[in-house]
Amino acid sequence: MTDYVDAFRDPAAARALAARVRAAAAALPPGRVARLMEVCGTHTMAIGRAGLRRLLPDTVDLVSGPGCPVCVTSPGYVDAAVGLARRGVTVATFGDLLHVPGSETSLAGARAEGGRVEICHSPERALEIARAEPGREVVFLAVGFETTAAPVVSLAPMARAAGVRNLSMLVAFKRIPPALDALARDPDVRIDGFLCPAHVSAIIGADAYEPFVAAHRLPCVIAGFEPLDILGGVESLLRQVAAGQARVENQYARVVRPGGNRLAQRRLDECLEPADADWRGIGALPGSGWRLRPEWAEFDAERRHGIAVKPGRESPGCRCGDVLRGKRKPTECPLFRRGCDPSRPVGPCMVSSEGACAAWFRYG
Amino acid sequence: MCLGLPMQVTAVGADGAGEVSFDGIRQAVNLSLVENPRPGDYVIVHAGFAIEKLDVAEADERIAMFRELAGLNAGPAP
Repeated sequence: MTDYVDAFRDPAAARALAARVRAAAAALPPGRVARLMEVCGTHTMAIGRAGLRRLLPDTVDLVSGPGCPVCVTSPGYVDAAVGLARRGVTVATFGDLLHVPGSETSLAGARAEGGRVEICHSPERALEIARAEPGREVVFLAVGFETTAAPVVSLAPMARAAGVRNLSMLVAFKRIPPALDALARDPDVRIDGFLCPAHVSAIIGADAYEPFVAAHRLPCVIAGFEPLDILGGVESLLRQVAAGQARVENQYARVVRPGGNRLAQRRLDECLEPADADWRGIGALPGSGWRLRPEWAEFDAERRHGIAVKPGRESPGCRCGDVLRGKRKPTECPLFRRGCDPSRPVGPCMVSSEGACAAWFRYG
Repeated sequence: MCLGLPMQVTAVGADGAGEVSFDGIRQAVNLSLVENPRPGDYVIVHAGFAIEKLDVAEADERIAMFRELAGLNAGPAP
């Protein structure tokens, strides 16, 4: 028994909730299709795995969003990491990034050439690697949204306290609220409501969506990652859409507090300052990322190794950019299953375990 | 990368070090991002760090609601 997991996967409750979703959808104006975006890649994967789309009526269209950190990482970032590995630096990374194509090759390619690329399940592993070989430079690939940024950036104070001097981070963290804002402003995107990420929200808090809802009059519902959480979130969104309402609803109150996790926010603020960031498929968004504050400059891999991350080159024909904005379904990409699949991915959405294309390939 | 699961704290050490249990398997966790962690607490673990505590009362209430819903609609599977 896995406490507090299985109870949120109960099939009988899922059928009952699906009936409520259908009832909520029946209240939509005739002919209206509600386009709801699950912002987070973990939601995308959970929806696919549990087969939730098959429980929904045709008038509900679940669209995947940009919330897969690996998918929105620019090819130029991968190029910079590959360049470091080729220079004899140990590159420490979450496994998801290993097969993401850069302009020329991936980190898996750099490893095949003899580069040192170490997979870490926790940033603390990078600290252990650096300690074990003090004569070798180690760079941790610091990508991710608020949820991942707080643990990863903790490496800086931990390394300083431990006197570890051969570890730095290639920082490309991103923030979810500016991405939501960009999507809401894009006239081609047309979303009726957002299913907001579970664990990003745990960090930033439910209240963090209030300015967005006030500015764009679009409903935001925070939901956990289990099937019953997602169905409940979809039901809440549909009720708001049908009633023409827009408010923040927190359906994941067992983890998400109104003000979020203050300790994590303090850690982020202590180490990072807002910066512009480049999102694959969306482009540069002002203030949508972070960089290390000057007092932590010794942990900045770009500065330490005299490199700069450039935009890089996308694979021709790849439509990940449209998929990440909900403009195109994975199946509407000309490469989907025709030259791009999880064994030979062309774009990041097919690589990542949380990518929309990988989810559609696996679960349809 | 972002799937975080609720795990139960089994030990709290110095400098944020701790241990959690999931499905009977124990693993090290960094507890420095949660307020006042105690053995028995449930925390969401992401990338080796506890990122928030699980509010057990709130979770139990929701589970009870789902059970009721499932019971009300009990019947043959479609």
